[in-house]
Amino acid sequence: MDFGFSEDQDAIREAAGRLLDENATLVGAHLLLNENPDGFDGDLWSKLAEGGWLGIGIPEEYGGSGMGAVELAVLAEEIGRTLACIPFAQAMYLVAPAVVQHGSDAQKSALLPAIASGKKIVTAALSENGGIAPGVITAKVSGGLIQGVKSPVPDGGNADVALVAALDDTGQPGLYLVDLTGPGVEREALDATDRTRPMARLTFDGAPADALTGANGAAIKKLVDGAAILVAFEQIGLAGRALAVSSDYAKERKAFGRPIGGFQAIKHRLADMFAKIELARSNAFFGAWALASDDARLAEAAACARLTALDACQYAGEETIQIHGGIGITWIADPHLFVRRGWHLKALLGPAAIWRERLIQALPEGNS
Amino acid sequence: MDFNDTSAEADFRAKVRAWLDDNATLRDGSKTTQDTFMAHNPDQVVQAGKWQKQKADAGWAGITWPKEYGGMGGTPMQQVVWNQEEGRYRVPPFAHLVGVALVGPTLMVHGTEKQKADILPGLLAGDGIWCQLFSEPAAGSDLAGVRTRAKRDGDTWEITGQKVWTSGAHYSQHGLLLARTNPDVPKHKGMTMFIVDMNDPAIEARPITQISGAESFNEVFIDGLKVSDANRVGEVDGGWRVALTTLMNERLTLSVGRAVGGAKTEELIDLAKRVQLNGRPAIEDGEVRARIADFTARQRGLEFTSYRIMTSLSRGQEPGVEGSIGKLLLGRLRQEMSGFALELMGSSAAIADTSDAESLRWRNEYMTAPGNRVSGGADEIQRNIIAERILGMPVDIRVDKDVPFRDL
Repeated sequence: MDFGFSEDQDAIREAAGRLLDENATLVGAHLLLNENPDGFDGDLWSKLAEGGWLGIGIPEEYGGSGMGAVELAVLAEEIGRTLACIPFAQAMYLVAPAVVQHGSDAQKSALLPAIASGKKIVTAALSENGGIAPGVITAKVSGGLIQGVKSPVPDGGNADVALVAALDDTGQPGLYLVDLTGPGVEREALDATDRTRPMARLTFDGAPADALTGANGAAIKKLVDGAAILVAFEQIGLAGRALAVSSDYAKERKAFGRPIGGFQAIKHRLADMFAKIELARSNAFFGAWALASDDARLAEAAACARLTALDACQYAGEETIQIHGGIGITWIADPHLFVRRGWHLKALLGPAAIWRERLIQALPEGNS
Repeated sequence: MDFNDTSAEADFRAKVRAWLDDNATLRDGSKTTQDTFMAHNPDQVVQAGKWQKQKADAGWAGITWPKEYGGMGGTPMQQVVWNQEEGRYRVPPFAHLVGVALVGPTLMVHGTEKQKADILPGLLAGDGIWCQLFSEPAAGSDLAGVRTRAKRDGDTWEITGQKVWTSGAHYSQHGLLLARTNPDVPKHKGMTMFIVDMNDPAIEARPITQISGAESFNEVFIDGLKVSDANRVGEVDGGWRVALTTLMNERLTLSVGRAVGGAKTEELIDLAKRVQLNGRPAIEDGEVRARIADFTARQRGLEFTSYRIMTSLSRGQEPGVEGSIGKLLLGRLRQEMSGFALELMGSSAAIADTSDAESLRWRNEYMTAPGNRVSGGADEIQRNIIAERILGMPVDIRVDKDVPFRDL
């Protein structure tokens, strides 16, 4: 057993971290929070594409570097840590794996190289009415055309292609690739809590939908489990950054003649943040292994990683505001960036209540 | 990142399992795990000694200990494999934990060559049980406040004072004792560590009844105990450094060894299937499912945290930041889980039905868990350690730091 990263994986973290630190700053996130015409940080996206980072989970024959889930997890944590404002998560944790696992040669050739090179923005449209697939799907595909509403869809306003969860004529859930630039698609921008990561409502009225064969309800559930693990790494990166920002502030800010970080009321909350983050990290490690090795405990691992990461992320974000006191409730200060991104990452795959039930059902003892 | 045994680990596991099959019996269907940290009655202590000897004779007692002291010279990961396998069998409680996990490693660092040669092999073989005479009525979380006084007269020290919360003192033969040797310097600089004979009539151990009803620790009165200077560990007035080594090993033992301790969430699910809530099995209730799911995610996280610690150790690294969270989170989890189990029992939670082992078990768990949050450094101390040593927060204001001990 070896429950840590390899030297190569550490090297990936260092290289990706350096690129992200240089190009994704909290100042930059503030600018995009105020004004985000393109929907994402185009410069950073180009640099990640040039560096080959967008193809990390895509096979070499389709223009990627063909690395595994653990390497992708390492990158995910760095993206979370730097609050990178890019359409990465849906594309890399859901769309690319779905196409790799279930796509035809033609579908793979059409999409994967374009994702790896950054030429196409892709997203996954799973949510309906605040729930996530497969249990909540009402969108329908009939005769190759899709009808229905998906909301909220991250990057739905500017993505070229969406992976959409919908029911077929027999009422069975499946996954479909839909060209969002084509006919039968209406996009409506929504007021995203985290405006650095815009959301849209997609209304399909007879748009052509290209089925991923074999992507049934069980496959969707498994894809979502995998994505939950990778998103957990983003959440851990994000929460870790919030803790770092809070710690720095607590060392600088003085009250009653000493840094506030010297008071137990502050330092114990920082310690609790730390403990929650490390607990989530341990579950995420197991999740990364279960995903990379396609282990039978994937569903359990995903739910544990998701639940502890949601808790760590929310606690770290909220306490970061409080530890900053008055400045923490101002728009120009950094703390609300963490809270907003935290809600975005929560919205991607649904709240804890859903995942608690998924966990109980994943346990052998709970499933009877 | 590989969660499976390597082939070497699998071989080792097979050997361990073969030996355990020949020397112990598997636990029956009951998932009830034993609280292995503290022995509760004299018979268990005798059985524990026999089991320790049996393991030592076969070479399993000190898997990570160097061979020169009777150990196997193995890896921390092999220790984990052993612990996992031994946990599947019905074996006596690990009464020798303080000696093997705390005192032994401390002597390896700070002991004289003679002390190491004389003591370590026997300690491993279960020749007597060790206790840790550190805490005092006025020195718990603030351990450096010890008042037990050791005065030197030539090659002999005379020790007088009182210790408390000493696990197993009433059945221990040996003790590691921290005493004040110089009250004229600040408190951290005037203590010395000694090895003492618990059978000496100058020492009296009185068991303390805990809220769980168990008597696993003691108050210990020391009145004019004579100790040879040969039984001093480390420098005169250098006892704090020795104590820190012991405490570091204690934290590690408590967080690694016990990260999977206590009741399992699987047991809680079992219970929730059998009891009724609002006219249906409790397991069908949404709140019950949610609570159990949260407990499960936390318990798994602690289990995997212990594997992270073991991975650091097996790579030859100091345990990283992950080492500090296990003890902080485990006690609280045990307390909440057992409290919730009692809730599920409804009004039956107010009684312990002697015909129902389960009601006793959850009450015992609930009354034991608070001790988890105190022993080895209270929750508040763990949080200070995380905040100060890992996050770099300013240390607490210590008005006593530069003041001679006698003026405090």
